[in-house]
Amino acid sequence: MRRLLSITRLVAMLMKEFNHMRRDRTTLGMMIGVPLIQLTLFGFAINTDPKALPTAIYSADTSAYTRDFTAALVNTGYFEIVTEARSREDVDGMLTRGQVQFAVTIPANFTRDLIRGERPEILVEADATDPVATGSAISALQQVKQSVFDRDLKGVSLARAPAPPAFDVIIHRRYNPENITQYNIVPGLMGVVLTMTLVMITGLAVTRERERGTMENLLAMPVRPMEVMLGKIIPYVIVGYVQATIILIAASVLFHVPVEGSVMLLSAAAILFMVANLAVGFTFSTIAQNQLQAVQMTFFFFLPSLLLSGFMFPFRGMPQWAQVLGEALPLTHFLRIARGILLKGSTFTDIAADLLGITAFVIVATAIAMTRYRQTLD
Amino acid sequence: MTNETPLAIDVRGLVKSFGGRRVVDDFSMRIPEGKIFGFLGPNGSGKTTTLRMLCGLLTPDAGEGTCLGLDLRNQAPLIKRQTGYMTQKFSLYEDLTIRENLEFVARLYEMDKRGERVDSALRDLGLYSRRDQQTGTLSGGWKQRLALTACILHEPRLLLLDEPTAGVDPTARRDFWDEIHTLAGRGITVLVSTHYMDEAERCHEIVYIAYGKLLASGTSDEIIDGTKLFTWRAHGPDADRLAGQLRGKDGVEMAVAFGADLHVSGTDEAALEAAIQPFRGTGKLNWHPTKPTLEDVFIHLTAGSKDNFS
Repeated sequence: MRRLLSITRLVAMLMKEFNHMRRDRTTLGMMIGVPLIQLTLFGFAINTDPKALPTAIYSADTSAYTRDFTAALVNTGYFEIVTEARSREDVDGMLTRGQVQFAVTIPANFTRDLIRGERPEILVEADATDPVATGSAISALQQVKQSVFDRDLKGVSLARAPAPPAFDVIIHRRYNPENITQYNIVPGLMGVVLTMTLVMITGLAVTRERERGTMENLLAMPVRPMEVMLGKIIPYVIVGYVQATIILIAASVLFHVPVEGSVMLLSAAAILFMVANLAVGFTFSTIAQNQLQAVQMTFFFFLPSLLLSGFMFPFRGMPQWAQVLGEALPLTHFLRIARGILLKGSTFTDIAADLLGITAFVIVATAIAMTRYRQTLD
Repeated sequence: MTNETPLAIDVRGLVKSFGGRRVVDDFSMRIPEGKIFGFLGPNGSGKTTTLRMLCGLLTPDAGEGTCLGLDLRNQAPLIKRQTGYMTQKFSLYEDLTIRENLEFVARLYEMDKRGERVDSALRDLGLYSRRDQQTGTLSGGWKQRLALTACILHEPRLLLLDEPTAGVDPTARRDFWDEIHTLAGRGITVLVSTHYMDEAERCHEIVYIAYGKLLASGTSDEIIDGTKLFTWRAHGPDADRLAGQLRGKDGVEMAVAFGADLHVSGTDEAALEAAIQPFRGTGKLNWHPTKPTLEDVFIHLTAGSKDNFS
């Protein structure tokens, strides 16, 4: 008599949920619209490698050399000379006001000192309040310094040509050689969108029943916790799957994100990841008294997922304790899986550890949900 | 025991507290099969809590008993299968169609011939032609009848109805009660909570509960006779205006206007007569002793239990 699951009752729950979903056009539209909007918005908008940063130049000396220098700056693509400052005070003011990201000061007698081999100094000031914005441009500066005058000064300057270093360091930026932000953001967005919509949607689906009083009726009927939980989770796995598919297609069509690995493997991992999030939503719904609380709890879970998973900031940049926290979140593992499969062509063995991490999360979350779920109103 | 009707509900000493407050306190009740019992009491008296304990939605803190011969504590899932519980608030899904709601219920009870049963229920209800309409668009009266249909779909032996007719017009209420009597005629036991005195009088027996305690039970005549309450009725011009003057006098427990008439009641027969004496000589009013109404009795009982409670 006390079977854990009756197929007939599960079908009843599933059909009911699908009917709810079919009738709630706003939510359904949101579930399809949110991933599309977020993907296009963030995919096109976010760029961690900004180019053509506004630069002011204050030149107390003008010659072919200084002109070459500025031309080399612009050629890196990172700098755009927007204005010429008239004085040092002017430079300061522009940086403080945020009018420019960089200010280049070429001192008086630069050309003369250069030819004399006196190693004159060019000052490049950066508004480093946002390190991400200036980082790439600053490393590009090093290249400019090395090469710009090699040709111009040959035979002219009294300075000796610098000796080449005793060895070379060769850098390969593998999997994303062009440092394209989308390759990093778009696979991650799949996880972020799934986390936000799925946790919230299950949380709401259960608390709505409590708020409308239908839970009382449901509990008075012979339906078992597992049937309620599966009935609430399975329909949204399908919704999540649609979302993931939309994102994946957009990733490849709009952003040309490479798909190196197996899409099947990614699908399987995505389903596991969805179940993890839905279990969280269901657990929240056993705690939340109403829909508002369910939404608040969703954000309580969503923010750490966003910030500690490595989606927004480098995971390895965090201190040990934060990394431990991050490891507990399913998004952390899914990010590695998605980026791994799409960009690196990871295989099952490569992602096994992360799959295990999500599985452990699912088991814990489901256990909490099942122990917290009450068949009574006590 | 053999010649006695079996009991549908037989509970003893039920206790339920929420946050340290005893909502139901030492409650006992015996209801024979096939009877309609009215469950009365002021708001917050523990009616809903008791009904929820009976159908397994709440676990009693103390007490024991059986519903349909099944143990309240250990066999709640089995009780649920044979019980229909109609919640106070409409609790079918408003965004599902009428038919979808009934099919959902039929599936949850794993019934056979579901399509057939649902169709015949819809025809009996008179909603067959509107079966694909969303439930939320029905009027209050229709919602109540649909809710009743949904909770008798699985042919329960016990019906627990929590204020089923609140906010429903008189015609719909009468239809509703006719239906309940038909069901009882088929041997279904009904426990129905209500605030309407006319409904209470349509029950075979009444159980009166206030502040979590059982105060009276029996037929409506038994309860009226069992309460030692004396009532005088004044009839005449402006009789109802005297209520204010009589209230608070020794021996007068309540003075209530019924239209142009006045009911004055108290438990001390002599003191009551003494209290109305000054108003009897005026000649315009016609005073005579009368049988207290069920309402008089309930207000008296509630007032009395409040004193004990505080």
